[in-house]
Amino acid sequence: MGYSAFSLLKNALTGHRHWRPAWRDAAPQAQYDVVIVGGGGHGLATAYYLARVYGVRRVAVVEKGWIGSGYAGRNTTIIRSNYLLPGNIPFYELSMQLWEGLEQELNYNAMVSQRGVLNLYHSDAQRDAYARRGNAMRLHGVDAELLDRAAVKRMLPYLDFDNARFPIQGGLLQRRGGTARHDAVVWGYARAADRLGVDIIQNCEVTGIRSEQGRVVGIETTRGFIGAAKVGLAVAGNSSRLAAMAGLRLPIESHVLQAFVSEGVKPLIDTVVTFGAGHFYISQSDKGGLVFGGDIDGYNSYAQRGNLPVIEDVCEGGMALMPMIGRLRLLRHWGGIMDMSMDGSPIIDRAPVDGLYLNAGWCYGGFKATPGSGLSFAHLLATDTPHETATAFRLDRFGRGAVIDEKGQGAHPNLH
Amino acid sequence: MLIPCPHCGARLSEEFVCHGDATRQRPAYDASDEAWTDYVYLRDNPAGAHREHWYHAAGCHAWLVVTRDTRTHQIIGVEVAR
Amino acid sequence: MSGQPFRLVSGGLVDRRQSLRFRFDGQDYEGFAGDTLASALLANGVRLVGRSFKYHRPRGILTAGPEEPNALVELRSGARREPNTKATTVELYDGLEAASQNRWPSLAVDLLSLNGLLSPLFVAGFYYKTFMWPAKAWEALYEPLIRRAAGLGRASGEADPDAYEKSHAFCDVLVIGGGRSGLAAALAAAREGKRVIVADEDTRLGGRALTRPGDADALAAMLVELAANPRVTLMPRTSVFGVYDGGVYGALEKVSDHLPEPAPFTPRQRLWKVIAHESVLAAGALERPIPFADNDRPGVMLAGAVATYLHRFGVVPGRRAVVYTSTDEGWQLAADLYAAGVTIEAIVDPRGAVAEAVQAGVVASGARRLIGARVVRALGGRALRGARVVDAHGQTVTLRCDLLAVSGGWTPNLALTHHHGGKPRWDEVLQSFLPGAPPPGMRVVGRAAGEGLAPLVDLPAPPAKGKSFIDFQHDVTAADIRLAEREGYRSVEHVKRYTTLGMATDQGRTANLNGLMVLAEARGAAIPDVGLTMARPPYAPVAIGALAGPHRGRDFRPTRLPAAHGWAVRQGAVFVEAGQWLRAQYFPRAGETDWLTTVSREVTTVRSSVGLCDVSTLGKIDVQGADAAAFLERVYINGWASLAVGRARYGVMLREDGFVMDDGTTARLAADHFILTTTTANAARVFQHLEYCHQVLWPTLDVQLASVTDQWAQFAVAGPRSRETLARLVDAPFDLANEAFPYMGAAELTIGGGLPARLFRISFSGELAYELAVPARYGEAVAAAIMAAGADFGICPYGTEALGVMRIEKGHAAGAELSGQTTATDLGLGRMLSKTKDFIGRRMAERPALTDPARPRLVGLRPLDPAARLRAGAHLVALADPADAAHDAGYVTSVAFSPSLGQWIGLGLLAGGPDRLGERVRAVDPVRGGPELLLEVCAPCFVDPEGVRLRV
Repeated sequence: MGYSAFSLLKNALTGHRHWRPAWRDAAPQAQYDVVIVGGGGHGLATAYYLARVYGVRRVAVVEKGWIGSGYAGRNTTIIRSNYLLPGNIPFYELSMQLWEGLEQELNYNAMVSQRGVLNLYHSDAQRDAYARRGNAMRLHGVDAELLDRAAVKRMLPYLDFDNARFPIQGGLLQRRGGTARHDAVVWGYARAADRLGVDIIQNCEVTGIRSEQGRVVGIETTRGFIGAAKVGLAVAGNSSRLAAMAGLRLPIESHVLQAFVSEGVKPLIDTVVTFGAGHFYISQSDKGGLVFGGDIDGYNSYAQRGNLPVIEDVCEGGMALMPMIGRLRLLRHWGGIMDMSMDGSPIIDRAPVDGLYLNAGWCYGGFKATPGSGLSFAHLLATDTPHETATAFRLDRFGRGAVIDEKGQGAHPNLH
Repeated sequence: MLIPCPHCGARLSEEFVCHGDATRQRPAYDASDEAWTDYVYLRDNPAGAHREHWYHAAGCHAWLVVTRDTRTHQIIGVEVAR
Repeated sequence: MSGQPFRLVSGGLVDRRQSLRFRFDGQDYEGFAGDTLASALLANGVRLVGRSFKYHRPRGILTAGPEEPNALVELRSGARREPNTKATTVELYDGLEAASQNRWPSLAVDLLSLNGLLSPLFVAGFYYKTFMWPAKAWEALYEPLIRRAAGLGRASGEADPDAYEKSHAFCDVLVIGGGRSGLAAALAAAREGKRVIVADEDTRLGGRALTRPGDADALAAMLVELAANPRVTLMPRTSVFGVYDGGVYGALEKVSDHLPEPAPFTPRQRLWKVIAHESVLAAGALERPIPFADNDRPGVMLAGAVATYLHRFGVVPGRRAVVYTSTDEGWQLAADLYAAGVTIEAIVDPRGAVAEAVQAGVVASGARRLIGARVVRALGGRALRGARVVDAHGQTVTLRCDLLAVSGGWTPNLALTHHHGGKPRWDEVLQSFLPGAPPPGMRVVGRAAGEGLAPLVDLPAPPAKGKSFIDFQHDVTAADIRLAEREGYRSVEHVKRYTTLGMATDQGRTANLNGLMVLAEARGAAIPDVGLTMARPPYAPVAIGALAGPHRGRDFRPTRLPAAHGWAVRQGAVFVEAGQWLRAQYFPRAGETDWLTTVSREVTTVRSSVGLCDVSTLGKIDVQGADAAAFLERVYINGWASLAVGRARYGVMLREDGFVMDDGTTARLAADHFILTTTTANAARVFQHLEYCHQVLWPTLDVQLASVTDQWAQFAVAGPRSRETLARLVDAPFDLANEAFPYMGAAELTIGGGLPARLFRISFSGELAYELAVPARYGEAVAAAIMAAGADFGICPYGTEALGVMRIEKGHAAGAELSGQTTATDLGLGRMLSKTKDFIGRRMAERPALTDPARPRLVGLRPLDPAARLRAGAHLVALADPADAAHDAGYVTSVAFSPSLGQWIGLGLLAGGPDRLGERVRAVDPVRGGPELLLEVCAPCFVDPEGVRLRV
C-alpha cells in the first residue's frame, strides 16, 4: 500500500491494523543473478536501482545483522556535493540530484532537507583553497558561493566572531546541501527494493566466497550457500575482511569515527556548519538534537567506539565556534567503522577476481553518496562498465598514481 | 587509551600519533611495481591483533611497535621500533 | 511549614531550619536545604510539571532520580539557562528559578494539547508516510513546523558564561556508586592499602541507604572510616559517565551547580579523567513501571520514588494512595505511607498470591487488598483522581486516589557494563538481564549484579485500547511498538529507531525493559531472544562546555610566539595566525592607510636597501652523526654527500607516494653536522617523518636528530645593503665579502662581541640576503641590534605579506603550491630528482599519472590589464574555450601586487604549463562573481630571472 496523507488518515481511522511490513524478511533462495553483501544504504540502494533501472530482478541483499545497523544507522546525516576534484564532483552531484527526488521516487519520506552546508574559513590561504574548490564546483555546474565575514555573520549571528582564537573570515556555501534522515533512507530503499522483488535476507553472515575455475559462484553464509552469478560487496568498514575471503588485500584501513547528539531543544541551528580551524561540524536534526562530529580517532578499529581525546577535541571545536552550546548536554556518543581509503576517495570497481565487485573506501563520507553509489554500483554490476560519473573510482588508480586526493595527505588513511 | 611506552611508562594516547601497519617492509628501489604499490597502498587491516606503529610525539619521540587488538583496543605488547 | 502542605513535620534528611525560596513558572515557593527541586515541588503540592513531547499531555514527576522522563524544566535564566534539566536531580538553592517546557501559552492550558486529538494520525513513524507532497512543501512548510514542535526546552542562545575545568585522577580502585555495596567494596580495598576513589552522582553518598532510616548508623560508620583514610577520595556530585579504553573513565563533577552561581575563580563543573587499575560498579537497580492506559497522569509515580520522597525528603506526594505493585516492597511502602498519615485506598498486586506476613503490615490501614488484580486505566487529566482496576475475578473496580505508586520490580542498572560492547546475559531465575562481560578491570557488585533482587514476575500486558505509555518522554505507547512490529521493524534496534523508544534524555531507563516486553509479546518470542539495545556513553548527559573545558575563546589552542615577538609588538606590527604561530604580517607606519601601501613599501625597501624579517617559525632540525649525509641522501630528492662544509643547498622532500611533502634549505656545518629547515606548517610532520626514517626504516645509520625550531631565533636580513648592515654586527675576523662568503654559504660565528650565531647566505626574496640565527633568548635583542645597524640605510622590518610578495615575484613554491597534490616536476623542480640513488618517493614518483606532461604545472601569470586584480583560487581556461569542467586547465595558486612590476601577478598550475609560455588564458572566478581576466602565461619568475642580484 502506498504511503500518503490519505492512506495515513484511512489507517488512522481503522486503528492502523492494515499496514503491511515495509519489507519481507526473506529466506535465501538457491541462486540469484546478483547478490549484494551488505544491507546498509549503499547495498540496498544498489539492489533498488538494479531492479528498477537495469531490470535485473533476481537480486538478494545479504546482511549479517539487521539492515542499516552499520554506517547507515550511525552517521551524522549530512548530504552535499561540494568536492574539489574532477574525479569526485560529477559523482557526488549525481547523488545530490538523486537526493532531490528521492522521497517521490521511493514513496518514503527520507526528510531530505536542503538547508545549506557552510564551510567556514579562517585565513587567507584557506579562503583561496575554498575559492579553488568553489570554482571547481561552479565549472561543473554545481552551486557554490563564497561568503565574506559580514555575510556569514548575517546568516549565523551566534557564531563567535569576537573572541575566537582563529577568527572567522568567511565561508563556502552550498545551499543545496543539507541533511536527510538516515534510517528513513535505509528503510525507504529496502521497501522500494522489496516491492520490486529483491530479497532482503537479514541475520545472514557471509563466511566465505566460493570460486570455481577462477570465477566467483556464490557466497557461504551462516544460513547456507547462496549461488550468484555476480557478488557485489558493499560492506564499508568490513571490506577488508570480506575481500580477504577472496584472497584480496585492499588499500583500506578501518578506523573508528565518533558521532554525537545532544538533548533535543527547540530550533537553534538551521544550517549545516563546519569549522575551518579544527575538526568540527554540526547540524540540528528534526527531532531537535544537535548532531555533531569531528575527526577520526586515528587508529585502526573495529570496535565501534572511541576514546575521550576526540570527544574533548570535538567539543572544544564546538565551543570555539558557537559557545552558546556549552550548557546543552551531550546525550549519546557512539562510533562506527570507517573504511578509510588510501587517497580518501571511494572504490567502485570490478575486483581482480571474476564475478566479484567492490564498493568500498567511503571513509566517513559515504552517507551523502548513498543514491549515487547505489546507481553506479548497479550500473557496474549490470553492464560491467563503470558509470560515467564513477570512472575514476578504479582500484588500479593507486598503481597508476591517479589518486583522487582531496586533502593532499597521501597514503595515510588516518589523515584523510 | 594508554600506550605503555617502554621509556616513559603508560601514557595517555593523546601523547602519541598512530601511523598504522608496522609489518610493512620497504622494498628495494628496483623491486616490481606490484611490490611498491603493495607497500605504499595495500593493508591487511585485520579484525584482531594488529602490529602497528605509534610515535611518542609529546614524549620521548620513540617509534614503538604496538600489538593491539582492533576489536577491543586491548594492548597485547609493545616494543621499541629501533 | 504552612507553605508546604505535603511536607511532614519531621523525618527525612532535609534541614527544616534552612528555608530556601524558589520560583517555578513565575510562582514563588519554599523548600528546605537538602531538597531537590522535585521534592520541593511535591512538598508544595505542585504535581503538574511539564507537557509531553508529541501529544502535550500533562505530566508529573515519575521518579526521584536521573531516570526521570517527565519533570524536565528550563533551569535558570539568561545565558545560564539550561533546558531539559531533570527536576529530580537539581539541588535546591535559595533563589532558584525554573520554568516548565514545551507548552503554550501555559502549563495548565497548553493549546498544543489539541495534538492529542490527532493522536491516531501521529503514531510512531507517521512522518515517514507523508509530508511528501507537494515536493517543495517539505522544506517550506512541513519541516519548519516539525522542527518547531520538536525538542523540549529552549537553549539560551547566548555564550555560556561559566568556566569549566579538567583534571586527571589516578587510583587503584574506582568505585562507581556510593551505596552500601560500593562503600563496602571501597572499605575492603582501602583496608588493603589501595588508593580508592568513590564517585556518586548524588549530593551525598549512601544510595538507597539514604531512604532507609534503619541503615543510617551503619552508613555513617562506613563514611567516617573512609573519610579518615588519606588514600581514599570521596567524590559526591560526581557522575562516572563513560568507560573508555585502558582503564580510563570519564567523570563529571558538579562543583557549583547547587549554588546560584559559581564562586569567583571556581568552575561550574569539572571533567575528571580517572585512570584506575580496576573499578567496582555498584550502580544499583532500576525500578520498572507497569504499563496501563493513561499511566502518565500526574500522580502516577514509581513506588521506589515515593519511598524516597517519604523517607529522604519527608514529603508525601498525595493524600489518598493506591499502591500497584508486583513486589513485596510495595506493600511495605503502603504501610509506611499509612504511618505518615496517607489514606491507603487499595493495594493492587497482579501476582497470584502474596504472603500473609507481607500483607500484615497494611492491615491497620484498612486498605482494600486486590490480589491477582491489575490496573487498566488511570483516571484524571491534569491530575490523577482515580484508577480503574480489574480484579482477579474479572470485575471492574473504580478506586479514588491522587497518588498511584507503581512497582514492576527492580532490575540491575547495567549501563556502564555495555560501554565496551559487552552484551548483557539473561538470567532465567531473576527473569532479568544481568551484566555480561563488563569492560576489562571492572567487576559488578550489589544490586547491579542482581544480588538481593527478587525475580521479576510477568506483568499484565498493556490493554489493547488506550494509551499505555512505555517511553514517557518520547510519547511512545505500547500500540506504537506493536505497530512497528506489524510493519516489519521487528528487531529491537529497528523498533528503537522507528518509534524512538529509549532515545530520549532519560535514555530509556524506565522504558527499555517494558518496550522489550511488548515487542517480545508481539513477536511471540522470549525476551532474551529479542535482545536488549546497548546503552551508550555518557551514562548521564554531560554539558558540552564541560567536555570542552578551559580551551575556549582565545585559549582554544596555544599561541606560539616567535622569539622576537615583543620587538614586533613595539614596532607596531599587525599580526596574523600561521597555524598556532602569531606572526607579524606587516608593519604599518603613521599615515599609511591600507595594508597594500605598507606591504608595497616594505617590498620596495628590501629591494632597494635592506629589510628585516623574523623567520624563526620555520622548522629547524639538527642532524648529526657519521651517517648524517647518507641519511639526507635518502630523504631528499637531490644530493648531499657532495655538499661542502660551510655550504647550504635547497632541498625537496617527497612523501613515499611521490608527491612533494616539503622543501627547505639545509646547511652543512661539519662533515657530520647539518641543519635542516622546513616550512613553518610542516615542521612537526617533517620531524616525525625523519624520526620514522631513522628509527624504523634505517635503524643502522649512525645519525641523531633534534628539533631545534624553538631553540633558535632566526632573522632574514635582505636587500642590497644587507651585507653592510651585518658587517656592523659580525665579529672579526669573519669576512662577509662576496669572495669569502659567497651565495649559499653557511658558517658558525659570533656577533656583537661574542654571541654564538650561525649565518646562512640564502635568499627567499631574490636579493642579496642572509639569515642570522641566534639562541632564542637573544631574539629580541638581536632584532633591535640589526635595526640599529641598518638605520643608516633606512632598514625597515617586513612581515609575512612582503615575504610572500617577494617569493611570488621570484616564483618560489610555498604552501599554496605545496598542496600535497603536486610533484617536483609540477613545480618545475624535476631537474633536482636524482637518477642515481634511492630516496623516499623516488619509485612512486615515476608512476604514469605523476609524470604525465599534461598535468597542471607551475607557471607565472600576468594580467594583460595592469589595473586588474587577480585572485587566488580562480581557475584557468584556454582563451577560446568555454568555462566548464571539460576545459578546466588549472588554477591560480598565489597572487601578489608586485611593486616591482606595478601590477598584480600570480603563480598558477596550468595543464602543460611550461610548454605554453606566451599564451593567453582566461582566469574565471564564478564563486566570487568576479570578472574574467585575460592573462599572459609566463615563466614563474618576474624579477631578476638570472639571479644576478643574489650573487653580488
